[in-house]
Amino acid sequence: MPKDHGIGASNKRREDVRFLTGTGNYTDDINVNGQAYVYFLRSDVAHGRINKVDTSDAEAMPGVVRIFTGKDFEGVGGLPCGWLVTDKHGQPMQEPGHPVLAQGKVRHVGDPIAAVVADSLAQARDAAEAIVLDIEELPAVVNMKAALADGAPKVHDDLANNLCYDWGFVEENKGAVEDAFAKAAHVTTLELVNNRLIANPMEPRVAVGDFSRATGESTLYTTSQNPHVIRLLMGAFVLGIPEHKLRVIAPDVGGGFGTKIFHYAEEAFCTFAAKALNRAVKWTASRSEAFMSDAHGRDHVSKIELALDADNNFTALRTETYANMGAYLSTFAPSVPTWLHGTLMAGNYRTPLIYVNVKAVFTNTVPVDAYRGAGRPEATYQLERVIDKAARELGVDPVALRRQNFIQPDQFPYATPVAVEYDTGDYDATMDKLIEIADFSGFDKRLAESKARGKLRGLGVNCYIEACGIAPSNLVGQLGARAGLYESATVRVNATGGIVVMTGSHSHGQGHETTFPQVIAEMIGIDESMVEIVHGDTSNTPMGMGTYGSRSLAVGGSAMVRAAEKVINKAKKIAAHLLEASEADIELKDGQFSVAGTDKSVAWGDVTLAAYVPHNYPLENLEPGLEETAFYDPSNFTYPAGAYACEIEVDPDTGKVTIERFAAADDFGNVVNPMIVEGQVHGGLAQGIGQALLEGAVYDENGQLLTGSYMDYAMPRASDVPFYSVDHSCQTPCTHNPLGVKGCGEAGAIGSPPAVVNAVVDALQRAGKPVTHIDMPLSPARVWAAMNG
Amino acid sequence: MYNFDFVKPATVAEAVEALSGEEAQALGGGQTLLPTMKQRLASPATLVSLTGIADMQGVSQKDGAICVGGATPHAVVAANAGGYPALAALAGGIGDPAVRNRGTAGGSLANNDPSACYPAAALGSGATIVTNTREIAADDYFEGMFTTALNEGEIITEVRFPIPEKANYQKFEQPASRFALVGVFVAKFADGVRVAVTGASEDGVFRWAEAEAALSADFSPAALDGLTVPADGMISDLHGTGAYRAHLVGVMTKRAVAAA
Repeated sequence: MPKDHGIGASNKRREDVRFLTGTGNYTDDINVNGQAYVYFLRSDVAHGRINKVDTSDAEAMPGVVRIFTGKDFEGVGGLPCGWLVTDKHGQPMQEPGHPVLAQGKVRHVGDPIAAVVADSLAQARDAAEAIVLDIEELPAVVNMKAALADGAPKVHDDLANNLCYDWGFVEENKGAVEDAFAKAAHVTTLELVNNRLIANPMEPRVAVGDFSRATGESTLYTTSQNPHVIRLLMGAFVLGIPEHKLRVIAPDVGGGFGTKIFHYAEEAFCTFAAKALNRAVKWTASRSEAFMSDAHGRDHVSKIELALDADNNFTALRTETYANMGAYLSTFAPSVPTWLHGTLMAGNYRTPLIYVNVKAVFTNTVPVDAYRGAGRPEATYQLERVIDKAARELGVDPVALRRQNFIQPDQFPYATPVAVEYDTGDYDATMDKLIEIADFSGFDKRLAESKARGKLRGLGVNCYIEACGIAPSNLVGQLGARAGLYESATVRVNATGGIVVMTGSHSHGQGHETTFPQVIAEMIGIDESMVEIVHGDTSNTPMGMGTYGSRSLAVGGSAMVRAAEKVINKAKKIAAHLLEASEADIELKDGQFSVAGTDKSVAWGDVTLAAYVPHNYPLENLEPGLEETAFYDPSNFTYPAGAYACEIEVDPDTGKVTIERFAAADDFGNVVNPMIVEGQVHGGLAQGIGQALLEGAVYDENGQLLTGSYMDYAMPRASDVPFYSVDHSCQTPCTHNPLGVKGCGEAGAIGSPPAVVNAVVDALQRAGKPVTHIDMPLSPARVWAAMNG
Repeated sequence: MYNFDFVKPATVAEAVEALSGEEAQALGGGQTLLPTMKQRLASPATLVSLTGIADMQGVSQKDGAICVGGATPHAVVAANAGGYPALAALAGGIGDPAVRNRGTAGGSLANNDPSACYPAAALGSGATIVTNTREIAADDYFEGMFTTALNEGEIITEVRFPIPEKANYQKFEQPASRFALVGVFVAKFADGVRVAVTGASEDGVFRWAEAEAALSADFSPAALDGLTVPADGMISDLHGTGAYRAHLVGVMTKRAVAAA
């Protein structure tokens, strides 16, 4: 029987009451008395030299408070990059400056040139139109390989070229990999594109900067996944405000998907301008602005080669990837195609030799950074597509080829040739479960039914593994991270027993306010309703690194467990005093402290009251109060894994693909709230299916964004996705965090694109079409062209 | 959006008067005009809303035709044009419920977006576009992408769609906007078949004469075998080449005939 309480219970999301009744408190809901509004005048050319920005007419327009340009930020820091990648020669990446407002040049359509602050947004917009720009348009670089050609226009004049870095991993293995390819019985090669995506959270980005002359404190309200990170980056590197004079608040946030991790120019601007003007300044992105200023995702062009021996064992893997950085380095951009991508190229397999080369390239496009999965979808897509292609070339069952090469359960912990060590896993178990829930045995019947209706049907299968819960700070520091990646929590017990947990994690759809109390309730044996979660405000939560990379429960939850353990240990001391027993004999169960082997007990609430009303209390050796903080730095990543299957139909007359069935068997380790996990998987699958079939940001050769609105950028809608069969009953708990959890937020987006593409290729090959690959998105036009190529 | 004046006349005569003003612009449901104004790509001095004119509202059937008031929203046509099921279905398939409750038949025809559905219905039905000054045959009305025979300030007060023996509209949706990537309206009348294609051509909605001739002789999908429209002049964009659109014209026409 399913649990109705604590860990394992599908509690309904308590935060949904306010989200579904319109009573959430989003950043745009925040209005500061007397606030002004800022409108950013953005470049409409992809590359140009700024000769002059004449604001004189505009400044005289009604309601204008002040107009800022790049000149106003000459003494101010640029937006920092949080990760330094070292290239294959041991040299640091080329790292260009990133001014808050453009200085000297504009480098992508949407690059902010001037910021008009006025009493109303309409007045700011009117004044922006009166700014006279003299911008000399320069040739733009959009295509990555063209950007690396000799004589290509340089995005940054002060850099040697447009190459950010040329990374080899593991460089020492390169020769051995080449030898293995020379000896291979079979080599399968595939060139593919991982399409550029725009995250499109439902809530666009918003920033409200405020300043108190009385206290000298700056406050930024912002749509962020990690307010402490923004406080550190913006305070220390951009504006020079110490943390104790800077408060960053990320209230309810309507979806992040990675694109709200990063520190953006608009945040720094509003904070800076509020202080300069002694007046709050608010910015709310329009959807059009979001398209041209939110960091984009993916955009890799790759070649992958898989070597197999005569028995179809994988012997080596080699990849070459061009990764688009866009015009500037967004906060974590350099880490995505390297440490979040190369380290996952082993997948679920025993491939002994792997070499990954990545060339990161500057282009005149919006910066590219992490998007749901971040590097791991790109690795999974390459690997699972090339394995599928190899199976077809060799005439073997794609499932059997995968199984034959799986890392076996008795091989864990398993050190891959790409630096990471998987702690646990059982890939045959999830594959077995997949075959059951996807009803493979009924496929032939469904195929016949499709055929009778004139439709082609295909079945695609793939596996995935990902690394979540980023990660040991000492390790990521060695890899170039300019931040620690621990998480924090304070567990504050009130006098009458209620608990407030202040977490450094941030919820923007994940349901922390529901799941975190389930953990505390389980540990103490009290009802979830006694526990409240506070997050998102640097002034009342301990320094934490925020939420991304499916890390909240694995890292933030672990910090909370550690803090709760400290609380319980102290409470046991108090209980021992009250019960006149030895602390070692005190047991906590169902909210009661009891003395082992006796009927003596004292309730949770009596102990907490004693902590704050210490009349009968061991004051000589115990402080009053019951509040503890813990910082948790994990010893490894976690490695969720699974197997996915997609069944599609193709309309041979139009090329239109419809997803008929989708099954996902995931191993997330232990699960705290199965319903929320299922919801996370559903959302990830929708985004993965969106990438596979619909989404794709496209620039023309001049750097104009052709998909600048929903008229041309196709988001998945409810009717584009099927009812899913999802399962997470295969559980190999994480061995190194106290909850045994692995993370579930990105799996769906990582595992689903190859399943869709494998299924379409399967359908076309069953129909006798010699199609081995189609690049995403698999739009009707592309599929039809491939069929009729 | 820039500032503008807004008037909502109650009669066609008042609307005509208001539209004679400097930089006045008629407003139907606003499904194209308002987004354009929000982007500051249009800046009329005065918006003259046509939705308050009672004479331009509603659906009726007379003399073998469905008569749709120029300011009638798509949802009303979908619900009330039961005498012409293909027309009701077309109206019910435009956009989403919000669009269908605001967007109007007259607005769509006056705008003549090359990917809109209504032009296919009007041209495919041989409709009559009734304005405040005259009646225009659909064959004379559409003059290319976003271009019509309407004069400055002329208002579509009604559209009369002759009811055919059989008809059907097949729309293949552009994946992002869900406008017609290609839409084909086929209508079989006693004196022949009309085939109107939207979404495909750089010249906007057009009649496919070869298909009409073949179907007038034999109203069956097989009658279209071997017929193609040339890819030249077809829209080519992110969502499909001209060749793909030309191919889809054939596919959608066959499907419309089969479903009619």
